[in-house]
Amino acid sequence: MASLDTGGGDSGHKKGPGVKKAKKMSTRIDMTPMVDLGFLLITFFIFTTTLSSPSTMDLFMPKDTDKDEDQNKAKQSGALTILLAKDNTAYYYEGELAPDASNFKSVKFSELRQIIINKKKDVISRYVNDPKCVETKLTESKARGREKTRVEAEDECKQGDMVVVIKPNKESTYKNTVDILDEMTINNIKRFALVNISPVEQELIARTEGVPVGQ
Amino acid sequence: MPSVKIPKKSTDVDMTPFVDVAFLILTFFIMATKFKPAEAAEITTPNSVSTELLPDNDAVLVSVDSAGRVFFEMLVQASPQLKYDVISNMNTTRNLGLTQEEMIKFRNKVSAVGMPIAQLKSYLALGDEEMKRVTMPGIPVNDSLGGELYFWIRDAVSVMAGKKTNYLIKGDNNTKYPVFDQVLNAFKKNDIYKFNLVTTPEGVPSGTDRDRLNKAILGEPKK
Repeated sequence: MASLDTGGGDSGHKKGPGVKKAKKMSTRIDMTPMVDLGFLLITFFIFTTTLSSPSTMDLFMPKDTDKDEDQNKAKQSGALTILLAKDNTAYYYEGELAPDASNFKSVKFSELRQIIINKKKDVISRYVNDPKCVETKLTESKARGREKTRVEAEDECKQGDMVVVIKPNKESTYKNTVDILDEMTINNIKRFALVNISPVEQELIARTEGVPVGQ
Repeated sequence: MPSVKIPKKSTDVDMTPFVDVAFLILTFFIMATKFKPAEAAEITTPNSVSTELLPDNDAVLVSVDSAGRVFFEMLVQASPQLKYDVISNMNTTRNLGLTQEEMIKFRNKVSAVGMPIAQLKSYLALGDEEMKRVTMPGIPVNDSLGGELYFWIRDAVSVMAGKKTNYLIKGDNNTKYPVFDQVLNAFKKNDIYKFNLVTTPEGVPSGTDRDRLNKAILGEPKK
């Protein structure tokens, strides 16, 4: 038996009358400490594990040009400019900024998605059916090796001249910048650009920030 | 009145299946855990719906923490010699005065660089434990060229030539935009226009166009 002989009075006799029967030990072991330890380890690993491995988002930047004629001109009807500012606030205007800044509006960052969706709907409503465009897009994508499905090509055609210009200001955060770029993927906006803010817009934001948002 | 005898039931429950499951979970977590290598700065990345996986080899990673400190790192586990090439390039072009041992130490011990080039030599002279304790001030990025980050990227690009290299930018949620812009600028000055932003994956919000397209693509019968 797996127990030490503690040495009794009559250890000398092996057998005989009055010899104590070797106690039958139970084969059960108390597992509680092991289980405790097991759970401790589980807790430890749960806390340390990072299950979701990071993903990456593509970002293509244009080459900087100083020449004016190289700049892409955005069409008035499809342009939406979004300005990001501090504390999750944003500003936007459609088309070109009016001289009196009447189309310069302030929103919360979370409301931007609706504005993008509305703009896209507005652009799509002006779309004239053009089956040729879809076909071109399909063959083009095939030639480039990344074949698009018909729905994708259609959505791309309907967007037409829509372009979103994103201008984060000095006080906006990286999170908001990534979020708005992500919003382009979410709403399937094909043309967008990350552009530096102009002094006029910066000035407008500064002036608006003197007044609480929503007024 | 004869009392009704209620059989005394043991309060012991058989815990064996429970324990079995517990250990199964434990095994799972032990196997699934991949310990993060020590990072120079704590960075919480923003979320995005992108599902593209992070490449972990042949990549150049520029991280920006919430305080705006910039770190440069080369993810080249497969060929660490590239890291040596970069520092030896740097050594000659910037006259750092590093010895061969120091450059080998750089290759083996330094994962992310986050200090002005001038401080590199004194940093490499430190012991292993001391190196970990040093808080790096970040690579200077604030001039029209993109600061010293420009040179790091330039050298990395030249040694990685011929490989398909990914340029990763990892920013913290609270990083201010101008720093990110300067990092972009340093890349652009090196004629790199395609980046991968490191993000944490999240689901596509339902009801949006991307969601509808995804469903349409999945539902479309194969020709």
